[in-house]
Amino acid sequence: MPTGNLSVTTFVIASIIKIAIVLWVLLTAVAYTVWLERKVVGHIQNRWGPTRVGPFGLLQPLADGLKFIFKEDLTPPYVHKFLYILAPMLALSMSLIAICLIPFGNSVNIAGMNIPLQITDTNIALLIILGITSIAVYGVALAGWSSNSKYSLLGGLRASAQMISYEVALGLSLVGVLILCGTFSLHGIVEAQTGTWFGFIPKWNIFKGQFIAFFIYIMAAYAETNRIPFDLPEAETELVAGYHTEYSSMKFAMFFMAEYSNMVTVACLASILFLGGWTGPVFGPPILHALLPIFWFALRVLFFIFVYIWVRGTLPRFRYDQLMSFAWKFLLPLAIANVMITALVVALRS
Amino acid sequence: MAMPLHQFFTSTDYLLSLPMIMLALFGMGVLIIDLLLPPEWKRANAWTALVGLVFSAIAVYKVQIADRIAEAHGQAGSFVGFGGSLVADRFAIYFYYLFLAGAAIAILMSVKYLEIEREQHGEFYALVLFSVIGMMCMASGYDIVLLFVGLELMALSTYVLVGFLRRDQRSNEAALKYLLLGAFSSGIFAYGLSLFYGLAGSTNLGQIALTLEQHFLANPKDPVAILALLTTATGLLFKIAAVPFHQWAPDAYEGAPTSITGYMSVAVKAAGWALLLRIFLYMLYPLRPIYLPMIIFVSLATLTAGNLAALTQSNLKRLLAYSSIAHVGYMLLGLVAGNTNNASSTGIKGIMVYLLVYTFMNLGAFAVITSLRRRDIIGDEIDDIAGLMFKAPTEAILMLVFLLSLAGIPPLAGFWGKYFIFLSLIESGHYALATVAVLYAVLGLYYYMRIANAMFMRRAETAEPVSLSPGLRLALAITALGTVIIGIFPEVFLRAAAWSLSVPQASAVAGLLK
Amino acid sequence: MLHLALFLIFGVIAVVGAINLIAQTHPINSALSLVVVMGSLAAEYLLLGAEFLGAIQVIVYAGAIMVLFVFTIMLLNAGAEEQTRGSKVAIIIGIPGMVIGSVAVAWALIRAHTGAEVPVGSLYGSAQGIGHLLFRDFLLPFEITSVLILIAIMGAVVLARRES
Repeated sequence: MPTGNLSVTTFVIASIIKIAIVLWVLLTAVAYTVWLERKVVGHIQNRWGPTRVGPFGLLQPLADGLKFIFKEDLTPPYVHKFLYILAPMLALSMSLIAICLIPFGNSVNIAGMNIPLQITDTNIALLIILGITSIAVYGVALAGWSSNSKYSLLGGLRASAQMISYEVALGLSLVGVLILCGTFSLHGIVEAQTGTWFGFIPKWNIFKGQFIAFFIYIMAAYAETNRIPFDLPEAETELVAGYHTEYSSMKFAMFFMAEYSNMVTVACLASILFLGGWTGPVFGPPILHALLPIFWFALRVLFFIFVYIWVRGTLPRFRYDQLMSFAWKFLLPLAIANVMITALVVALRS
Repeated sequence: MAMPLHQFFTSTDYLLSLPMIMLALFGMGVLIIDLLLPPEWKRANAWTALVGLVFSAIAVYKVQIADRIAEAHGQAGSFVGFGGSLVADRFAIYFYYLFLAGAAIAILMSVKYLEIEREQHGEFYALVLFSVIGMMCMASGYDIVLLFVGLELMALSTYVLVGFLRRDQRSNEAALKYLLLGAFSSGIFAYGLSLFYGLAGSTNLGQIALTLEQHFLANPKDPVAILALLTTATGLLFKIAAVPFHQWAPDAYEGAPTSITGYMSVAVKAAGWALLLRIFLYMLYPLRPIYLPMIIFVSLATLTAGNLAALTQSNLKRLLAYSSIAHVGYMLLGLVAGNTNNASSTGIKGIMVYLLVYTFMNLGAFAVITSLRRRDIIGDEIDDIAGLMFKAPTEAILMLVFLLSLAGIPPLAGFWGKYFIFLSLIESGHYALATVAVLYAVLGLYYYMRIANAMFMRRAETAEPVSLSPGLRLALAITALGTVIIGIFPEVFLRAAAWSLSVPQASAVAGLLK
Repeated sequence: MLHLALFLIFGVIAVVGAINLIAQTHPINSALSLVVVMGSLAAEYLLLGAEFLGAIQVIVYAGAIMVLFVFTIMLLNAGAEEQTRGSKVAIIIGIPGMVIGSVAVAWALIRAHTGAEVPVGSLYGSAQGIGHLLFRDFLLPFEITSVLILIAIMGAVVLARRES
């Protein structure tokens, strides 16, 4: 919908440009997250990681991308064709849609027009993101089922049960933040975190008592994105490659990109919800005023992605029953307790 | 942003919901205590549940006292809680006591029975308590949302209770049939309610009634109102097992654990009646000219089908199921005779008395059938009760008392139920209906006496003694005393029934709108 | 105008999905049709201005409940069911009955004397609106519902419990 001082035409043009930029940045980020992961894990394991293609192996993602495109696209016999093709598309498109709702900074003034740094903002953005991630489960589950292979099926089963279980804890961990901020709009949530106490402690939600919620969120998010230590749906030592065993070429690449762009989305959300989004010291000429918030935001996201990789290099994989009892018997009660205590504090304070 | 707490929950709300809170607390308590009990102590759950019922009854008594105080201040019937969605009027309080009594007797009957069936679990008693919460919502709800949620709460617990004997194929089948048909009827009922909401723009019964009154004056043949009435009535008639929506009842009654069959035939049915009366008398009275012919048809069909089908049954539980369908027919006649805009007419009073006496006499009959369940003997055929006189004369004579009462023979309790229904029919000039009803009452005597015949005239098929436990004896004593005392000294109970209707619905509506 | 068109389109999608749900022989296809129905209902809610309800519809129904359906179908490895030809009673009574029933309902609703019209989204669509309804106007039904859900869970456990 046209907002503020923008006419419909400029709104559409601005949106298209924003979509193009965001997608380009996101896909580049995804590619270089893979590079970063290989480098960091390599160093953790006392190796070098990619070094041959370009300086520090920086062109490696490009080479990988080309390889995916030129590989033969195999469709095994006896698959459920429609769902087999639908599944990777669903996974990737859902993870790309989710990024549309993430704000990267405050609005900027370009040629007298006030353009928000976000593809679209709604007053229930957070709920929409949750809805989209819950639909994304189908991509994994259907890939596992339609492949008609036992490893895929087991991976799909694990994925659907795991993602449903952790979604409950994930959703509940956000409630505390919502109670404090009183809005579902991501922009509004960041705005509620501006300012500092005593001039140096930022008023981030994590410092407003949502410390436990933050850790619940991080753990649930790792499970939602099927990352180590919760990567049972694709546990390569037991399931070959889990739900995407039967996929090759671009279809596999779609799952791959979906997983990494989900990581980016989750990292963005963590920054916005708990670490104050793009808030930070802003100084200097007007151009810096526009760019510094984006820089602060990117810094936080990078930090989360680094933690992701760090955890991958450090922790072993859970057993499946441990995974389930961790979700239902530990995270869920903790999340509920957090919601109740937060609600009580807010109710008593007012 | 933040609002003070009393906007959400007042002390009146607390008092009015206290009976339900007690039941919920004890229900959850049973579930937790059950985990701590060793298997041979599981029957202690029954006592926890009974204590819960007693506490709930005390809470109901507190509500009653508060009602009396309000009356002394000239505010009778204005006892409204939760923003008008709960009305703990005398009508509701009467039903509260009825549900609690029914649940208590059913629990007493169940203890030994469940041990014989090897299904002695705490969940059983918790489910009974939770179902009573649902019934209370159905009796006191003054908002279609609360009424519907209460109905579902009761229905869902009953589905599980019906299927509680997991080793028994019949129990599983009964639960599944009951669940499917119950869900179906709930859907139809909810559809009707949603149409009424659409017509009135409110979920409050009083508001809907007022809007319907004006609406109906403006266009008396509004198809939406008629559609809403038809679907709502269908759902309600389903719940009380009136013909032609009765097919689930015999199967569900036969397959359910016997004590639950008794419970379903009295408390669950009474709750269905509470809901039906609430909706028909408090919400739909403007539509009475439309629904009256329908109710007459349904009551005649129910009487006919129930009585005729009961004639040929060889299974005791099935026979009593059909007989309970027939009893619904009599009560529906009371609704036919009950006057518009006057809930305290004889017909409605007849229904209240009927439900009270039916609770005691029917539960008594089921208590006797429960005692026939022994190890390796299912004991629900007429052949199983044969020769009971020679094995357990006390039970046989008590059963005879219950059967005669069910048939409506004075001076037993059942007589008064039928008496007021027939009286109301004659008072309101429905002579033909009264004649038919009396004829069917005579027919009823025949199949009840078939059971008596088997007990007194035939030889026992097995020498196995009946299984009696202290709980079952207590249940038999209570039901027998109830049946006889109401029969001989009816005044107190008739006054209670009249009291329950003594606040006309107009003042309840007025109380809400102020 | 666009609003009405979208509303009709999603309505048609919901109905087609519902019919497809019955017509499909494979349980996975049926389950996915139900997901489509849920999704289009969510879109209808959004169009009516009930954005919170729409989002919750997607998260809870399409995202959680239907995933469990799919999970169960996958776990049981349920294959395509055999298509029976359908009983004569269903064809002779059921189909005309359904047609007559839906025509009657449609006729009744079209002929309805509609009262005052309410602008889209002016009711209780927002999170605040729903919160007020649940925690103030319908507090008791809301609390009773929690007992209802407890019973549903307990009932499922009781009926499905293995012999000890």
